[in-house]
Amino acid sequence: MFSVRIQPSPLVAADAQAWLAAAPGAGAVVLFSGLVRDEGDQVQTLTLEHYPGMSERRLRELCEQVAARWPLARVLAWHRVGVMTPAETIVLVGVAAAHRREAFEACDCLMDRVKTEVPLWKKLSGPGGDGWVEARDRDREAAARWHPPVEDKR
Amino acid sequence: MITVRFFAGVREALQTDALQWPHRPDLTVAALRTQLADLDPLWSAQLGSARLLMCAVNEVMASPETALNDGDVVAFFPPVTGG
Repeated sequence: MFSVRIQPSPLVAADAQAWLAAAPGAGAVVLFSGLVRDEGDQVQTLTLEHYPGMSERRLRELCEQVAARWPLARVLAWHRVGVMTPAETIVLVGVAAAHRREAFEACDCLMDRVKTEVPLWKKLSGPGGDGWVEARDRDREAAARWHPPVEDKR
Repeated sequence: MITVRFFAGVREALQTDALQWPHRPDLTVAALRTQLADLDPLWSAQLGSARLLMCAVNEVMASPETALNDGDVVAFFPPVTGG
């Protein structure tokens, strides 16, 4: 039902797609891939730091909460950590459901919440030096669209 | 003792990823943060009330009012930026 990973090695979208598509009763799979942008050659590397243990646990909780809100056959959240370069995949989130509407909504919700509720931090390095990425209000606003119906029971 | 952990920009600025801190009766997340911020100007800049930080206690998100027990693991970190 759930597949959660935090890993330093490259993420393979085809593996995620295949696992979701193998869900019994699946008629719709939505898979989102987040990639490292080069920002017009201003980014050479992106480094992802996380809180080991808590990051996996939060990802799993978010998957469970999304599955409690929509009728889903499978939910997947894979996040890469460590050093990566432009065009590499940072994150994969996806769901399998009977129909597309709940699949789109659930995947959208899961991604918004992954961005704002999992202890992960981005640092960019480029020709101008390096620095931590600041959290953005529009990400918080996007995640807030899903509250309060998705309860955090902890 | 309380184990205090730091991540991302806070960890980097403090050049510290973890420390041990004495537990006292009625200690809360807010009180711990104030005690650490009072150590010196560098710590004040990172942990003072002007800085927007998130906190987890034993890997669960916590609020300033959360009470701390001896042996707890408290983490302070900037707003998250994954995804």
